[in-house]
Amino acid sequence: MNIFVCISNVPDTTTRIKYKPGNKEVDYTGVQWIINPWDELALTRAIELKEANQAAIQKITVITVGKADAEPTLRKALAIGADDAIRVDVAPEDAYTTAVQLAEVLKSEKDALILSGVESSDFNSWSVGGMLAELLDAPSVSAVSSLNIEAGNVVVTREIEGGKQTITTTIPSVLIVQKGIAIIPRIPSMRGIMTARTKPLKVVQGIASQPMVKVLDYQAPAQKSSCRMIDPENIEELIDLLHREARVI
Amino acid sequence: MSVLVYIEPREGKFKKYSFELVSYGQRVASALDQLLHILVIGKVAREELNSLGQYGATNIINVSEDIPFDDQVFTGIISNFAKQKEANVVVLAHSLTGRAIAPRLAIRLGAGLSTAVNGLPASYKPFIVNKKAFSGKTLVQQEITTEVKVLTLSQNTAGITEHSASPVIEEINSDAVASATKVVSTEVITGKVLLNEAEIIVSGGRGMRGPENWKPLEELAQILGAATACSRPVSDEGWRPHHEHVGQTGKVVAPSLYFALGISGAIQHLAGISSSKVIVAVNKDPEAPIFSAADYGIVGDLQSVLPKMTEAFRKFKAS
Repeated sequence: MNIFVCISNVPDTTTRIKYKPGNKEVDYTGVQWIINPWDELALTRAIELKEANQAAIQKITVITVGKADAEPTLRKALAIGADDAIRVDVAPEDAYTTAVQLAEVLKSEKDALILSGVESSDFNSWSVGGMLAELLDAPSVSAVSSLNIEAGNVVVTREIEGGKQTITTTIPSVLIVQKGIAIIPRIPSMRGIMTARTKPLKVVQGIASQPMVKVLDYQAPAQKSSCRMIDPENIEELIDLLHREARVI
Repeated sequence: MSVLVYIEPREGKFKKYSFELVSYGQRVASALDQLLHILVIGKVAREELNSLGQYGATNIINVSEDIPFDDQVFTGIISNFAKQKEANVVVLAHSLTGRAIAPRLAIRLGAGLSTAVNGLPASYKPFIVNKKAFSGKTLVQQEITTEVKVLTLSQNTAGITEHSASPVIEEINSDAVASATKVVSTEVITGKVLLNEAEIIVSGGRGMRGPENWKPLEELAQILGAATACSRPVSDEGWRPHHEHVGQTGKVVAPSLYFALGISGAIQHLAGISSSKVIVAVNKDPEAPIFSAADYGIVGDLQSVLPKMTEAFRKFKAS
């Protein structure tokens, strides 16, 4: 089996968001780009599995939808331990068009376990993985917090409201993964960085597709008014404020 | 044309979030001058279904079978009813289940999808919704340009409205197909308030100094009927289970009251709590960034402050 890890190229999570004049676009100048944190955990787990199941897993491929500026992020994924990379040469517009491009490449892969982070840290839409699975007509399991290959079977733990479930699924499947699948993302080793330069990175043309959702306007959220400080010796004041002023207890 | 709202019973009962979704559907349907259909999958008592009338449910479809959850199977059931009822707006909870189904459903219906929308649409023609992006760092107005729309609604953003409808209830069998996924076992956390349903959350950070110090925090949570949570370093260290981790890569919460105890307030943590109505922070560092996000703050060491808080809240609750 081959594992495909979908990678979203996103601004570093500590980025301050600025807008271009008119507030219709985010201003990305000076932004540091990273692998979407959940995708990085997915990749980490894929590498761990391949190391532990040499016979079962042939290859780990990372795939992204983006223009050439997304390549450093793909190279980083190769440095962490992916075997090869695919970039679909289309600027991502919305979750739908991204999923369509991924599906076009992955539809011919029948012996594939596809991993996608639950959300991306930019648009937080929780959409691409599920859309991709539906376009591929493949099973999906969402909110996956652990993944194992046991006797050739894919065994996952999924979080449900108020608990968790252990589930087996078939190949191909799309697993939409969250934290827990791995805890600490792997960082590239020196050797990894060296070999990443020569690992295959294939660029494929995208297909025509129209977005279904468009952003009209960005706004900064309202600032909180200043914090009211309370004497630690006077917890009663806090209780009184929460009860009478904020009315939350 | 109609509006279809899918709500999830838990152990045969509906929670507040479902009432908010029904109210929301009622308001959207009335703005569009369309019929509202509520879809419920699972065995639910007639009385419980009737109670949805209070929130404006006029037509309820109940697939009264306990069908094991599977993304594809549930997508199939919901999309069939959406087509049958000619729904042009389909609304789900932004719950774990809603998030799993909505993207598949959108593709199956050829619909545009907007997830975690805040409150009612800003406009119906064109169809414009408000939501957050960049983990709460920005607000976005989005237009869904397709004829059919699928939405997931963020909890506590639209509120509950009261009505007095007597719903017509249709009990139907699903034509659920066998699923490709198989549930091997289910583990349910019992006797705890769930993070996503909690009105109050008591959360601890590294300032708690170690897992052995969680007793008073749990006590405070119990007094307040609150859920317990933690920051990322705490779950990474294994002091608390991962499902308690609140923040960008953990859970995003929206309670009425959030206690941040010994949490410095890294931007990733703030991303997870920015939708809380009121935030109380306790930290020994007066410069901690958590105070810029908090409404009420106490500078002090938790070892001495937390027991005092627990005592004071206990007295308040007893009075």
